[in-house]
Parts: sequence; C-alpha cells; structure tokens
Amino acid sequence: MSAAFVPHRMAFVRALRRLLGKPLGTFLSALVVGIALTLPALGYMLIDNLGSLANGMTGKPEISVFLNRNVDQAGISAFENRLRTDKRVSALRFVSRDAALKELAARGAFADVTGALPENPLPDAFVLEPVGSDPAVFESLRVSLTAMPEVMHVQLDSVWVERLHAVVELGQRTALMLAGLLGTVLIIVTFNTIRLQILTQRHEISVSLLMGATRGFVRRPFLYFGFLQGMLGGILAWGLVEILILVIAPHVQTLARTYNIVVDLHGPNVWQSVSLILFASILGWVGAALSVRRHLHDGMVD
Amino acid sequence: MIRFENVSKLYPGGHEALSDISFEIRHGELLVLAGHSGAGKSTLIKLIAALEKPTAGKVWVSGQDVGALRQNQIPYLRRSLGLVMQEHRLLNDRTVFDNVMLPLLVTGYPPRDAARRVRVALEKVGLSEYENSMPLTLSGGEQQRVAIARAIVNKPSVLIADEPTAHLDPAYAREIAALFRSFHAAGVTILLSTHDETLFSPYGARRIELAKGRLQA
Repeated sequence: MSAAFVPHRMAFVRALRRLLGKPLGTFLSALVVGIALTLPALGYMLIDNLGSLANGMTGKPEISVFLNRNVDQAGISAFENRLRTDKRVSALRFVSRDAALKELAARGAFADVTGALPENPLPDAFVLEPVGSDPAVFESLRVSLTAMPEVMHVQLDSVWVERLHAVVELGQRTALMLAGLLGTVLIIVTFNTIRLQILTQRHEISVSLLMGATRGFVRRPFLYFGFLQGMLGGILAWGLVEILILVIAPHVQTLARTYNIVVDLHGPNVWQSVSLILFASILGWVGAALSVRRHLHDGMVD
Repeated sequence: MIRFENVSKLYPGGHEALSDISFEIRHGELLVLAGHSGAGKSTLIKLIAALEKPTAGKVWVSGQDVGALRQNQIPYLRRSLGLVMQEHRLLNDRTVFDNVMLPLLVTGYPPRDAARRVRVALEKVGLSEYENSMPLTLSGGEQQRVAIARAIVNKPSVLIADEPTAHLDPAYAREIAALFRSFHAAGVTILLSTHDETLFSPYGARRIELAKGRLQA
C-alpha cells in the first residue's frame, strides 16, 4: 500500500472502531437512515415493476377500424386503397374476420366459446398506425374514418397504454422526489450524529490539533464515519425492500391473476442495489462533511 | 531559534496582554520566563505555537514568521515544537502509552518505530512501568511527566512548557525541574514559564520577566 493511503486507512479504521464501539447506537442510526430510504426505494421498485409490465405493450398508438358485415371483397380493396393514399396513415394491416376468429380461439379462455358459435360473428378489420404522435391527427383520422360508409366502428386502441406510461412516469418522478426529501433526512441524521461526536471528542480533537494534527487528519474519521453509517443504512434499506417485496409478491400475483396477467414481481437488480447503497453512502458523507465544516473550527485548540 | 520583534497582543475588548516584546532564544538555550499569573506568559507561549496571532510585531520560529503562516502550515510548525501546556491535557480514556503515542499518530509515524520511541520517551521521564496505566490513576507529578513525555516523543528542536510545575507539591516540582535540566544538558532548547523561578535558579538559566505584559529590564 502506498504511503499516501496510510492516513486514509488509519482514519477508516478509526471510523470503523467508533461504529463498532457503540453497536446499538450505530444500529439505531442506520435503522433511521434505512427506514427513511426504504419508502422511496420500495415505491421506485413497484413503479419499476409496473413499468416493465407496460413496456411489454407497444406504446405506439393503433387505430382499429371494423368494417360493416355487408362490405364485399371489392369494397374492402377499394377501402384499403383509400387508406393507403391517406397521408395520415403510416402503416396498415388487414385482419380478416377468419383470422380474427382463429386468433381469438387461440386464446385459451375463449376457445370453448368460439367452438360453440354457429357462424363467425366477427367483422373484417384494418389496424392502422397514424403518422407521428399528435393526438389531433388521431382525432381527425378517427372522425373521417367514422364518416366512411364501409365503417362500422373505429377504436383508438392505445389510449390506455399511453395512460399507463404516463402513470408510470408520474410514479417514478414521485419516487425520485420522495428520495430527494428523505435523502435530506439522511443528511440531517448524519449531520447530527457527527455533531454529537465532535462535541464528545472535543478534548481529543483540541489535543490532536495542539500536537500538530492537520485538519484533514481530524476531519477524515468523521467523513468515513458518515460514509459507513450511510452505507449501513443503505444496506438495511436494500434488505427491507427485498423482504417487503418478498412479502407482497404473492398478494400481487393473486391480484394479477384475476386480470389474467402473469406478474413476476422482482426486487432491485444488482445495479439498482448498488446505486441505492452508494446513494446512501454519499449522502452520509455529505452530511458528515457539512457537520464537520460547521462544528470543527480552529477555536477548538484551546 | 525563536525571536520576538516588537510583539504586541491586544485582545478584543481592549485588554493588552503583551506590549512591545522583543527577545530571542538561541539554539541550546534554557530560558525561564518569569512573572506573576496574568503577566502575559501564557499569551506569549500561545503566540509561538500559533494558538494566537500577534496584533503587532513578528514572531519568528526557525526562520518562519508565525503570524503569517497559512492555516495548513500551522500543524507543521506545532510538530517542530514540544508543547507542555498549563493544564497537561491528557486523554483520560487512553493509557499512558497511547497518550504519548498521540503526536506520532497525528504525524503518521510508522507504528513499529513509534512504539519504540514512546518507550524511550517514557523511560526518559521515569514512567516506564506505567505505560499501561490510565492517567487518572497517577499522581499530579506523574501526569505532568506523561505530558512531558508526549512533548518530547517527536524529538522537537525546542521544548516549550507553560507553568509545568504549577499545582504540584514542592517535591514533585523539583523533580520536574530536574527533568527539564537534564533535557537541557542533552542539548534541547527550552523555554519555560514559571511563577516560581527559584526552582530553576540553581541551573543558571537565563531569565526574562514579564509584568503587566511588558518585559522588565
């Protein structure tokens, strides 16, 4: 180890010793930090789960156009040509009534129903993607499509997907704002812990300064202490999130099953876990740095 | 070694602790700073260790203008001095050994050499068998000797002691005085303040006297 790291190693060891010297106090402070961080972290994870659910569906808006049953093959071709020349349409797909029935039959729940039908009740349909993402274009397209004689019904498919995306985004922002607020709590907790430490070690600090300690030498153990305490809090928060997700996962799955959705509720991945712990550690460091700056001054020497 | 040039120290509120002080301590000298309490002895010593800044004049230590030192240079000045302050300021929750180790710890001294040096310093003040004791279990004279061991463990070029014999029984005080005498004999430059200069007069020390912040002729 290079000589330049020796003071850092010493400061680290001293900080660690202070932490281990008061296990209960250390645990309680870390718990405060951990619980404060669990709330936004858990919220973020749930939103993240919802987000991956929403990402499974295409966010691109689609318009389904169902044709009247009496439109014949020639009418369908004429209708298709008209859509192809429409500049507001970027992609077009024809779903024949037979194909639609097959697809429906393929979905387990409806298999027996389709088999019992005397004839195919489904209409022919076009699925088209409008150009761009301007809601005004969708609306004008919907109006002109509805006005066509061949058209029985027009449906904008994707509105709810968009809404889901919007909800997910809102949720993520809320979780981040919550993280910001509760991160402040973490800073304040560390600030106060360090303040008390400086007060109790006043004498030692003043003697050290008198013996020629640099301010860095005095400051460092406090910074490491804040960092380590934040890290412990982060690890606790991570553990709490894992446990809480484990506890609620079966309930979410039961709920999801009633909607015929398979949800695999996942905890934080490696990157998210590391970020959480690092976030907590850095905030601990910041809290300690602010406290040291405020409470460790030169007047302490005598 | 240490030189005061027309130094004055005016505390906020108008109290003039030192007024136009000029003197010099040469290498290898033992200088006794005499005077009643409140004469400005402690202030003078604080100026040398950069615990206070002069309001006028200059304090030179080993060619450095102490008043002009930057904050980050002050620790290195203090390391070159062996300081024994008026209250001995031991850490009562550490052993004698750890107390004497502190200046070496602070300077990042290699631990194995440091332990050897601590034992040498303790031996010099005659406390070898007390290295694992806690300071509060020692007598006042022994505690003062721990503080002196702590001051010399760094092998400073100059030893500065503020009233090292205050609050001590006469017998202990004579022991401490003899200790400083032995350091002086070993070539250490020493500045010490005392209100009881009879302790050091047998050693033929040079003396200067402060009264109400002024040097007496």
